[in-house]
Amino acid sequence: MSQAPLRIAVIDENQVRAAILEDGLRAAGLTDITIIRETQSLLRRLVALDPDVVIIDLENPSRDVLEQMFHVSRMVSRPVAMFVDRSDTSSIEAAIEAGVSAYIVDGLRKERVKPILDMTISRFNAFSKLQRELSEARSALEERKIVERAKGILMKSRNLSEEDAYRLLRQSAMNEKKKLVEIAQSVVTAASLFGK
Amino acid sequence: MDSVTTSGIESGGTEPAPVLQRAPGPRHVRAGFIPLVDASVLIVAAELGFARREGIELDLVKDVSWSNIRDRLTFRQFDVAHMLSPMPVAAALGIGSNPHPLIAPMSLGLGGNAITLSVALYRQMQRSAGLSGTESAMENAFALRKVVEERRANGEPMLTFAMTYPFSSHNYEFRYWMGAAGIHPDQDVRMVVVPPPLTADALAAGAIDGFCVGAPWNMLGVEAGVGRIVATKADLWAASPEKVIGMRPEWAEANLETVHRLIVALDAAARWCDTPGNRDALAEILARPAYIGAPLSILKRLLTGEFMVDPSGVSRSVPDYFVFHHGAANFPWRSQALWIYSQMVRWGQVRFDERFVDLSASAFRPDIYREALAGTDTAMPVADSRIEGASDGPLVVPSLGGSALTVGADRFCDGRVFRPDAIEAYIDGFEISTPLRHSFEDGTV
Repeated sequence: MSQAPLRIAVIDENQVRAAILEDGLRAAGLTDITIIRETQSLLRRLVALDPDVVIIDLENPSRDVLEQMFHVSRMVSRPVAMFVDRSDTSSIEAAIEAGVSAYIVDGLRKERVKPILDMTISRFNAFSKLQRELSEARSALEERKIVERAKGILMKSRNLSEEDAYRLLRQSAMNEKKKLVEIAQSVVTAASLFGK
Repeated sequence: MDSVTTSGIESGGTEPAPVLQRAPGPRHVRAGFIPLVDASVLIVAAELGFARREGIELDLVKDVSWSNIRDRLTFRQFDVAHMLSPMPVAAALGIGSNPHPLIAPMSLGLGGNAITLSVALYRQMQRSAGLSGTESAMENAFALRKVVEERRANGEPMLTFAMTYPFSSHNYEFRYWMGAAGIHPDQDVRMVVVPPPLTADALAAGAIDGFCVGAPWNMLGVEAGVGRIVATKADLWAASPEKVIGMRPEWAEANLETVHRLIVALDAAARWCDTPGNRDALAEILARPAYIGAPLSILKRLLTGEFMVDPSGVSRSVPDYFVFHHGAANFPWRSQALWIYSQMVRWGQVRFDERFVDLSASAFRPDIYREALAGTDTAMPVADSRIEGASDGPLVVPSLGGSALTVGADRFCDGRVFRPDAIEAYIDGFEISTPLRHSFEDGTV
């Protein structure tokens, strides 16, 4: 096996995640990277590209297409195995947990491929964390909006100051052992029922 | 393992809990499935409380590919999974990616697959072979052969056919059907994989000329006006296994009681699915987006075996299109694991070796199925293995317990008979086969 730069194909319909991964691979000195977003004519593109490493996310149903292609088809010139080393189950497990799978041309040395796999796993995990944080931030924002609306309703209907309206909500939440946002939501719902 | 530790904690003491003690709380079993009608038994067991009745909290997780099902089961994200019957056999033989042993102690039923060709290709077959539209699966296969030969003579490109996974009943059924008519699936046509939800689109786009897949995708192809059903699984080999419940052998060993309870729950669910009066209710469950999300009217029709095979309106009635329980439909016949192995050898996926015969048979575990259902109403065949493809009609077979066991016709579409004690001769008997692909086999076997 020569030391020519490794050619990597990334199959991921999620543009943001693919960009995060590409960025990581480039930072690790890998430059020959092709991102494949749509899976139509996937086989033809891969045959033309002839990559050393194929990375695919697990949400992609086309994973089964790759399995057939790599194992049975006469279309690929070089045999491809999944992951680097079958004895390295912990890294396969980490990949599956991160939601990604990699196929690697047979005969590539482990030292060359392992950093790619590790980078992929860490970038996929980083992306999931980012997504989780984003959805948490979104729901926090939603909650704040509901509380604001409930405060407004109380201020208007009971002629309270903003501070008192908030205190009333919080006290009710404590009395009923509920979350502030739940009490706020019931105020908003009740107000809409009473046509306010 | 989990259930043992749980019972230890819940009993509150520092002493280790006795292993055989029944755990007080429900046991969680995470089950992966692919949205197909043949996942019905698993879905119903969770949805209608059959699992809970056995003290099992069945968490169903929908997945998108068989490779994911295999890996998530292998790497313990799932405890059990809805899987293609050839998958545990491939795993036992160490072929394919991540070949970790998996066992199948129960089949989830028979039927459900069909072969659909593009309407354009079928019209060409009608012109070339004078088909009226009511021909048998084999007559259609011979008509296809005629078109394949004409296309070759005219220098037209090869037809491309799709199935779902290299180790799938769809792959072997499609190949068997073509082979029976003298079409070589590795020389006369090109075989590719297309994920089930994409089959109708791929057909419409002209990327493929036909596919073999499970319900409801064939019917959806016909309804979309792009596909023509030319054969059903019942036409090719009515008794053939479709999906199984798969698990890691070490998980089964450590959680044997849970496995037994799960089989009892699945058996009850299978019985429920098999009752004609429940089919509409089943269709309603399957139609939910959490499960299959296909149109209710199509699900209802295909569950009764009455469906359109041609967009022009030609219909067919296949009474046993789905068999969920009766006739030992859930029994994991060792002879069927061996038939699967014979097809793997026939198509060059693995070599013939006496040691592989035993390994293949060990992937199906009738012993666990028997233990779980001993003393119940479910009739059990006396033998673990049988001659496949030798019965013409309802046949009462020797059974243990339960009611009398009647099995249906199980002829292959070409009339061949599979004897599990003469596998090599069976494989040698096929004129059409593919030599072993050396790059395919992993170095470890």
